[in-house]
Order: sequence, then structure tokens, then C-alpha cells
Amino acid sequence: MIADIKAFLSDFLVLGDPLIYGADISIVLSMVAIVFVLSYFKKWKWLWKEWLTTIDAKKIGIMYIIAALLMLFRGGIDALLMRSQITFPNEGFLDSQHYNEIFTTHGTIMILFMAMPFIVGMMNVAVPLQIGARDVAFPYLNALSFWLFFVGAMLFNLSFVIGGSPDAGWTSYTPLAGAKLDPGPGENYYLIGLQLAGIGTLATGVNFMATILKMRAPGMTLFKMPMFTWSSLITSLIIVFAFPVLTVALALLTIDRLFGAHFFTIASGGSPMMWANLFWIWGHPEVYIVILPAFGIFSEVISTFSHKKLFGYKAMVWSMVLISALSFVVWLHHFFTMGNTAAVNSVFSISTMAIAIPTGVKIFNWLFTLNKGRIEFSTAMLWALAFIPNFLIGGLTGVMLAIAPADYQYHNSYFLVAHFHSVLIGGTVFGMFAALHYWWPKMFGHVLNEKLGKISFWIFMVSFNICFLPMYFVGLMGMTRRMYTYPEGLGWMPLNVVITIGAFGMGIGFIVMVYNIYWSARYGKRDKTGDPWGGRTLEWATTSPAVEYNFAHIPKVETADAFLHMKEKGTTGQISKAPFKPIHMPNNSGKPFIQAWLMFFAGFGLVFEWYWLAIPAAAATMLVMAFRSFEYHDHHYIPVEEIERTESATGRLN
Amino acid sequence: MMNENVEQHNAHGGFPWKHVIGLILSLALTLIALWIVVSYSFSTTFTLASIIILAIFQALIQLLFFMHLNESKSRVWQIIAIGFGFFTAATVVVGSLWIMAYSL
Ligand code: HEM
Ligand SMILES: [Cu+2]
Repeated sequence: MIADIKAFLSDFLVLGDPLIYGADISIVLSMVAIVFVLSYFKKWKWLWKEWLTTIDAKKIGIMYIIAALLMLFRGGIDALLMRSQITFPNEGFLDSQHYNEIFTTHGTIMILFMAMPFIVGMMNVAVPLQIGARDVAFPYLNALSFWLFFVGAMLFNLSFVIGGSPDAGWTSYTPLAGAKLDPGPGENYYLIGLQLAGIGTLATGVNFMATILKMRAPGMTLFKMPMFTWSSLITSLIIVFAFPVLTVALALLTIDRLFGAHFFTIASGGSPMMWANLFWIWGHPEVYIVILPAFGIFSEVISTFSHKKLFGYKAMVWSMVLISALSFVVWLHHFFTMGNTAAVNSVFSISTMAIAIPTGVKIFNWLFTLNKGRIEFSTAMLWALAFIPNFLIGGLTGVMLAIAPADYQYHNSYFLVAHFHSVLIGGTVFGMFAALHYWWPKMFGHVLNEKLGKISFWIFMVSFNICFLPMYFVGLMGMTRRMYTYPEGLGWMPLNVVITIGAFGMGIGFIVMVYNIYWSARYGKRDKTGDPWGGRTLEWATTSPAVEYNFAHIPKVETADAFLHMKEKGTTGQISKAPFKPIHMPNNSGKPFIQAWLMFFAGFGLVFEWYWLAIPAAAATMLVMAFRSFEYHDHHYIPVEEIERTESATGRLN
Repeated sequence: MMNENVEQHNAHGGFPWKHVIGLILSLALTLIALWIVVSYSFSTTFTLASIIILAIFQALIQLLFFMHLNESKSRVWQIIAIGFGFFTAATVVVGSLWIMAYSL
């Protein structure tokens, strides 16, 4: 009995690994610190009322972004641990099992829990403002989306200290990830954590599609929408059609693992390759989900800081539409080497190369926007400018990988690792950093320091190239992906040392950026105008940060670049012009938060196959939804006096 | 925009017969499909064919009873969305069959 309990606890608490003890201690300490700070400053109520129950898209966006930055930190630490292990030949810092766990958590966290929330956060911050709306179409659902993402991420992260991390790669290929070869809770954490977050993302897709199609300010036709809004619309569309495939694939593998089904095992007629197939049917559209919003941001930033209209607006839109359709017909390029026929490989090879065409169109559009523009080298603009060549390298090596016969050489080598980091960092991460600097004043009311911003940009960008360019070459020299160590005498060491130096350099760049956030919060220039960059789109028409209801009067739109047009006509004052009408707003609610945490416990129960926990928690989730459907008083009106007070406090009342 | 939504919400009223019928129908279809599979009393071909047909009806019921397919004013978007849906569903199914034909 005692021995049983001991054995259970040893697995449950992952005893015996100093790194994990370190994590245990730091988690407990930071929890104690958070509880202490909140209690000492009497902030519990504030936290609950202002944040945990909020359904204001602006605040939800901020929470997404904070979570994304924390996950970037965690994923970054994972990356540095991996790089420390493979700098020199035959190192013993991490053993093979530990290395497997770390590349799995790194990849999964970076894509699902860093890139995704960063993007959705930016959509929440900017889209309602850009289309002149007061919130998203379904604010309550929006809060639920956020909390589902959040508990999914927490569940996934918990695996490190409770029960053990997943270790079958972020792609979780069967049969390796099946119950037979990988027993224990690790892979269950992956499946359930992604499932929870994925449901949240799916709801976000529905929400933003409805918001953008239905809630635009009067006069804003589709082809007068800002480019970021366009990219969010297309992204939402891809989400709505791609994420159900992930939901189903995860559910099937969960059923395999927990209830002994055979969807993905050779035994009893299943097919392990079907997992790879389903995973990438979702997985390739997913990479466009994380890149298109970045494209949208670059369009905004480049146009703003070139002080020029975006070149080829229509071509930009149609190329995105084309990309969204093509993104569904290329997935096989992730497993050219799985043993398909030559015909299959050729078709997918060509469809993949075809995507380069609309993408190339976009690159030229950005270049022509810059052409003869009055270019202002702000930090946001630097990230956008650096994106072009860095992403181009990733895109061109992508075309190389798309050549099926050649891919037999590149597949699963460091060449591939370098390729996808070029596009993911050079595209998505640069895009999010550009957005962070660009929309920071809109979120918090002060600008980030430009000098520190530029320092962090240069350190990060140069280190990024020091880190990832050599990876192409070490890949061509034969170093494969997911290798936990390498022998001496292959000539790989010099490049690996350079790569690791670059990786740590990126870490330093990130620290400077975080310091900039801290410094600017204390001393940064406050943005009194609401329009620090000479903006062109409607988010700059309101205050920084935007008032609760975004616009006292919904702006009337006549052209694309609506705010610029208003400035030219001198009608910017109309948004805050008395008299006002009461404004209808949705009520805050604690239910999304509660429901998501109940789902967390249901998920935790499934991870350990503790049905005594999973079933009641799932039933309680249903109960919360039932209560919600009988909630009739879910909105209120902001009275005119309060609007007047708010508007005169911003100094805009006229 | 949202102001108009409120009015619509409150205007609903009446017993939601449509939803109840939809719920019963979709539960029935699910149970029939489950029964066909777990009873093991039919040939594989019949089992597969019948659950696919049931699935198509299931999808129609969802669209008509819950997703208000025939109630909206903005037809264009529905057509585009459903068209894109068919496109992705077809690629997924046809593509997977073709890819898997040689590697199953
Ligand atoms: C600080 C910057 C980063 C560094 C130094 C870094 C480094 C690495 C390394 C060393 C690997 C493992 C290679 C292997 O052994 O196979 C890896 C894998 C991976 N990384 Fe990163 N990475 C960084 C940022 C990112 C970002 C921002 C993303 C996504 C947005 C990302 C996505 C991935 C993915 C998907 C994998 C594959 C994991 C797997 O094999 O299952 N990484 N990265
Ligand atoms: Cu792909």
C-alpha cells in the first residue's frame, strides 16, 4: 500500500530530476508571490471585476498578449536548453528522453500557445476599433474563447511538473504517440490541452467572421476595410474550416489512447499514417493562420510609416483569398517521404509552389508601397522592413523543400528546421513585435521607448540570422532534426557553436524588449492625442487607450484609410460631439472563467483517466452552459451623463 | 449594430419547437448510427453506406434546425461559406483517399 502510494507520487510529481525540482520551486514561489501581492495591495476584487470577468475585447486582447509573451518566454527557455545540449559533440546536459520532451513542448507551445494567442490578441485589440465597432459580435463567447485557450495552455504546461511532458514531437505522430509505445499521461496532456485551446480558437474564428461581416461602421464596404481587418477575416475563415479537422484528429487519438480504439494503430485495421494525413490537413492551413495576420500588420505598418497609401490594395486582398484556398490543397508536402506514388507527390509539389505566386505578389506590393515613400524608421517599421528579406529566405527555401525528389534529401534535417524558423520568426514573430510596438499606445496609453526598441530590434534580428542561417548549412551537412547529441569528427561543431551563440543573442534581445516594456510603463511618453503615428485607420480616431465603448458616435466611413480622410476633411471631432445617446454594452460575466476552469478539471481527469473527476466536471460545465442560456439580463446601457463625463475627461468633448 | 441585436433577442419568445424537434431528430440519427455499428449484425458495406447516409441527414438537420440556414437575409455569404465548406470537405475526403490508397 505505502509502496504503491510512493510509486504513484514518484510518477505523479516526476521525482528525481533537478530541473523539475527547480521548476516546482519557482512555480510555488511565484504563486505565493502573486497571492501575496494581490492580497497586500487588496487587488483581488480589482482582478476579478476588471479582468477575470471582462468581456471587453480590448482587455481580452491584452490578456491574450500577456499570455503569449509568457509562453514565448517558456518556449524560449526550452529552445536555449536544447541549444545548450547540442552545442558541442557528446554533451550530457540533457538525456535523450529529456531532449524529446523539450522539443515537443517547445514546438507545441510556440505554435499553439505563443503564435496563436499573440495573433488572436492583436485581432481583439485592433479589429473592432478598425471597423468602428464597439465590441465583437459575441463578446461572451469571446471571453470563453480566451479562457479555454488559457486553461488549455495551463494544462499543457502542467505536464512538466505533474505526470511528465509529452515527448512525441509537436506533430505527435502515431504509432509513436499511440498508447502502446508511449503510455502515461504525457501525450494525453498534449491531446487534451490542444483540444481545449482548439475549441476556443474555433469560436474565435466564428466570432471574428461575424464581427467583420456584420459590424462594420456605416459606409465601410468590404473594399474599404483596413488590410489587417481583411487578413483577420481571411484568417477566421481558414480557422473555421481547418480547426474542425484538428478537433476530430485529437478526439480520435484520445479515443485510441484512453478507450483502446484502433484508428491509428495497424492492429485491427487502423492506419498510423492517417494521423499524419489529418494532422497536416489542419497543420498547413494553420501555418497560414499564423502568417496572414502578420501580413496584415506589415501592410498597416509599412503604409503608415511610408506615409503612403498601400500599393495594390485589391491585389493584396485577392492574393490572400487565393492563399486561403490554396492552403487547403498542399498538406502532403509535409510527408512527401511517406511512400506515396509519384503522381501524388507531383500534384502536391506543384500546388505548393503555386502558393509562392500570391505570396510574391504581396512582397512586391510592399516594395512598391515603400517606393518613393517618406520612410520613417520607427521600431515597428524596422521590424516590418526586416521581415521582407528574412521571410524571403524562408519562402525561397520553402520552394526548395517543395520539390518532392529534393525533399528526400532535406526532409527532417536542420535545413527544414531553419526553413520553418525563418518563416515563423521572420514572419510571425517579427509581425507580432511590429504590432506590439505599433499598437502599444492604443493598448496602454503610452508609447514604447524608441531607443530601447531599436536596440532590442538590432540585437534580436542580427542574432536571429546568426542562429538560423548556419542551420541551413549544418542541415545540408547531414545533421538531422530532433537529434539529442552528435558524435565528434563530422565537422558540425563550429556551426553549432555559432547557432547557439545566436540563440542566446535572441534571448538578450528579448530581455531588452521586456525591459523596454517596464521602462516605458514608468517613464514612457504618454499618448494624449490617440494618434501617435499619424495613423490612417479608425483605431487612431479614438483615445489611447480607447474608452470602454470605443467611439461615442460610430464614425461614418467614405473611403479606405478612413481616419486619414476624416483628418483631411476636418471631421475628426464628430466622434465625440454632443449630444450623445445611451450606449448599449454587454455585461461582464464570470461564467466563461468558471466554465473554462471546470473544463480544465474535466481535462485533467481525462489525462490521468480519473473518470471520477472528469465526469462530474464535464457535467458541471454543461450546467454552466444551461444557466447561461437562461440569462436574460446580459446587457446594460451607459447613460448619457456618464458618456459626457468620460468624453470631457479625455478632453475631446465639443 | 448591437442595439438592434438586443431587440431581436427579446423578440424571440414562444416555445422553441424547432430546436426541440431538431434535437430529437439528431439524437435519433446518432443512436441509429451507433446501433448499426455496435450491433455487428450487418455487412461492412451496408454499415458504412448507412452511417454515411445518416451523417448527411445529420448535417442537414444541423444546418436547417440550428444554424438557421434558410432564415438569413445575407444569402451571398451563406453561399460562399457553404461553397467553401464543400470545397474543403471534398479535398479532405478525396485527397485522403487518394493519398492513402497506396500507403494504407
Ligand atoms: C529563440 C528562438 C528559437 C530558437 C533558438 C529555436 C530553436 C529550436 C530548436 C533547437 C529546435 C529543435 C530542433 C531539433 O532538435 O529538432 C526547434 C524546434 C521547433 N521550433 Fe523553435 N526555436 C526558436 C523559436 C521558435 C518559434 C518562435 C517557433 C514558432 C512560432 C518555433 C517553432 C518550432 C517548432 C514547431 C519546432 C519543431 C518541434 C518538433 O520537432 O516537434 N521555434 N526550435
Ligand atoms: Cu505546409
